[in-house]
Amino acid sequence: MTEPTGTEITPALEMRGITKRYPGVVANDGISLEVRPGEIHALLGENGAGKTTLMNVLYGLARPDEGEILLDGKPIRIAGPSDAIARGINMVHQHFMLVPVLSVADNILLGEETMANRIFLDRKEAHRRIVELGRRFGFEIDPEAKVGSLSVGWQQRVEILKALYRNARILVLDEPTAVLTPQETEEIFAVLRRLATEGHSIVFISHKLYEVLEVADRITVIRRGRVVGQRLPSETNEDDLAELMVGREVQLTVDRGISHPGAPVLRVTGLEAKDDRGHPAVRGVDLEVRAGEILGIAGVAGNGQDELVESIIGLRHPTAGTVTLAGTDVTGHSPRDMNEAAVAYVPADRHRFGLIKSFSLADNLVLTSYYRPPYAHGVLRNGDAIQKDAISAVERFDIRTPSPTVAAGTLSGGNQQKAVVAREFDRDLKLLVLDQPTRGLDVGSIEFIHRQVIAKRDAGTAVLLVSAELDEVLEMSDRIGVMFGGRIVAVVDGRTADKNEVGLLMATGGTERGAAAPVEAAS
Amino acid sequence: MTASAAPGSAPSRPSASLGARAWSVVAVPLVVTVLSVLLGALIMLFSELLVPGKKFDWGLPLAAYSALVNGAVGGPDAIVSTLVYSTPLVFGGLAVGFGFKAGLFNIGAQGQFLVGALGAVMAGVALANAPAAIAIPLAVLAGIVAGGIWGFIPGFLKAVSGAHEVVSTIMMNYIAVQLLAALVSGPLKVPRSPSPVTFDVGNAAFPIILAPNGHLGILLAVLAALFVWWLLYRTTWGFEVRSVGANRDAARYAGMRPKLITVATMTFCGALAGLAGTSVLLGVTHTMTSSFGTTVGFDSIAVALLARSNPLVIVPAALLFGGMRAGAGLMQIQAQIPVELVDVLQATILLFLVASPVLRRLLRVSGRDAGSVVTGATVSSLGSGGVAI
Repeated sequence: MTEPTGTEITPALEMRGITKRYPGVVANDGISLEVRPGEIHALLGENGAGKTTLMNVLYGLARPDEGEILLDGKPIRIAGPSDAIARGINMVHQHFMLVPVLSVADNILLGEETMANRIFLDRKEAHRRIVELGRRFGFEIDPEAKVGSLSVGWQQRVEILKALYRNARILVLDEPTAVLTPQETEEIFAVLRRLATEGHSIVFISHKLYEVLEVADRITVIRRGRVVGQRLPSETNEDDLAELMVGREVQLTVDRGISHPGAPVLRVTGLEAKDDRGHPAVRGVDLEVRAGEILGIAGVAGNGQDELVESIIGLRHPTAGTVTLAGTDVTGHSPRDMNEAAVAYVPADRHRFGLIKSFSLADNLVLTSYYRPPYAHGVLRNGDAIQKDAISAVERFDIRTPSPTVAAGTLSGGNQQKAVVAREFDRDLKLLVLDQPTRGLDVGSIEFIHRQVIAKRDAGTAVLLVSAELDEVLEMSDRIGVMFGGRIVAVVDGRTADKNEVGLLMATGGTERGAAAPVEAAS
Repeated sequence: MTASAAPGSAPSRPSASLGARAWSVVAVPLVVTVLSVLLGALIMLFSELLVPGKKFDWGLPLAAYSALVNGAVGGPDAIVSTLVYSTPLVFGGLAVGFGFKAGLFNIGAQGQFLVGALGAVMAGVALANAPAAIAIPLAVLAGIVAGGIWGFIPGFLKAVSGAHEVVSTIMMNYIAVQLLAALVSGPLKVPRSPSPVTFDVGNAAFPIILAPNGHLGILLAVLAALFVWWLLYRTTWGFEVRSVGANRDAARYAGMRPKLITVATMTFCGALAGLAGTSVLLGVTHTMTSSFGTTVGFDSIAVALLARSNPLVIVPAALLFGGMRAGAGLMQIQAQIPVELVDVLQATILLFLVASPVLRRLLRVSGRDAGSVVTGATVSSLGSGGVAI
């Protein structure tokens, strides 16, 4: 045995002094990372800190300018993803790379075909291995199930299975819990721990502090392309990590103060709407939001929240029910009408709805008001007013940009969302509808946006806040409605709500099969 | 890559000099054109080998190109001729380029061109004896309206049923060709004429503003380019068009009405292409034969791509293609190179443009590519076509 016999264990993976420069920025500045066999190693950092670049280097998608990668102590060069996979390095992306219409087995076999002979796949052998792998790591799965019919949590397990099927030794998970309920998160953590005890090394990328504390064996924090600290979960806490990550003290929970609810502003009764495929998505929702209060809607993504919000805001035609705004029926009004009626909307998908990435920041800041004075007189646009407004918004909303003329798509996610917030918040509002307002943002931006929302509430705006991030709903809301299967299944007080209770409601709808039946019959 | 900014500083580029910015705009079109010219030279040399018994002449491409250039810009008459050839290409390039800006691929410029000319000839013949001050505006208007209708139909179909404009405009091209043939050899034909030809447009013909044959349309084309630029970048309407083209969902979210904008845009594109046909008819031919119908509509696509849909760049791009057309005759006479070489040059320019991502990487210039404009527009509209609500 040539193995060193001391206390030093050869790391399964070591990245030494990785530097990656892009024009104008150093994305990784001498980052070193060491992952031991059987370790869950969390990589913590804000968006844009360089986590993704580092993992792209590891996966062969980016070539480092300096530094080296060692696998089991031996320096290697990774030419591309297939090379990385061949060496047992696998990545589970935030956005699953699965084909929904194919079965679990077919998805796993894609690109890693187990052949019976030169022509035909050996499905039987593949099935056997998939079932066996699942059993070994504590989740049995039907290889014939269509991936599209699986819940998000199970789809993620398929991604992990895919990696295991390819004999992954080092598994990189990029923000794996972003789409999961608390219960699903627990389950996936159990899977990860099991994988680790079997000797797999796991790199867990996240910016959620409590998760990192819960699941990781070691935590490496990076900021602005550099490693700023390494911690063991036992010797740190959320405040310490947040400060490391952001570089200053951060208030993790916004002091929401006391709300002074006034008259009802938004009233939704019996609302029903279909999703893009024509299936019922909202099945009879009643809700009321009063001036100066925040109604949070908790729910696992895909339970009709997006359709509910779109129906309220005029992007989707409700099939039944009414929406009234301060007593006026606005059911089926256009987005422009709603905008004119002092309703603002921050959409869940800022890339698809909130921004036009190829347009300048200034143009994006007037995307919903471009036709109004002072930004336009008749059909003539007023470039000076647009520019002046942009400069002021950039300052007041702390949008970090070289200039208002740069394309919005070049800004970081946090600054893009700040631009949306600046645009939508910067006037007197009756109703503010927020759909996932902080998804994918770093703690600094989240803190900023939450403060803005509270300020709006205190100015007397009715706020409807939809979020799949349960913590966000719990922290922000005065009242919480839980959405499940297209209905609001419970409304609880925001100050006394219990996380586990709400989580359970999100996952099950809070009812046994029988109890849901009468509602079904009524609709 | 010497600049290594402090880590985490906002990703800002050193403010590029004006020269560098201009280079990033013209680099690809310029290199593409040079490559095409070189390839054309190779083709000419190769074609010499196919003629048996002829002495091989290394200087042939040079002779051909100098004749081409001579025919395009060698003297006042040649320059005016280039302007005349370029005029419909400016209108057509705008018709295609404006569509690209709204995310629409208007392959139907050819049909709109023909129908526009048809509208102009019908009005022009009817008003042939009216005072020019009345006849010309009305004939132009007829051309605009006719082309506009030809653009409106696919736009409307797309808005109500999601029918993809690439498919429907191609269909509309066929209908236009047959409609023209039927009308010119039928109701519009000069009675007892041996060949199918219409009456002359008489007083509706464009006056000559540049001797010997530079007609009013030249001026109109320049004005149209300025107008389209102003419309796109200085008005809320243009902002809506560009928004719908860049991100249809965001446009809808922002309270715009993408369907309405699609219909309006296609109608406007049709009107511009109709003006292209009108300018040829009232400015050059004055009558219509059943063989009216050049490749203007298709050349316009190349012009729009070369100019990356920028209305002001469309003018020089049209001049390049128009100049090649204008000089082709002299090239054939002096160097015995058939005029079709110009088509080959245009085609290779297009091919190189599609490959422009590669060129950009080689030239180290950033920016959007003509190829991605097309594929982006088609793919996105193909995608949305299927699920249009």
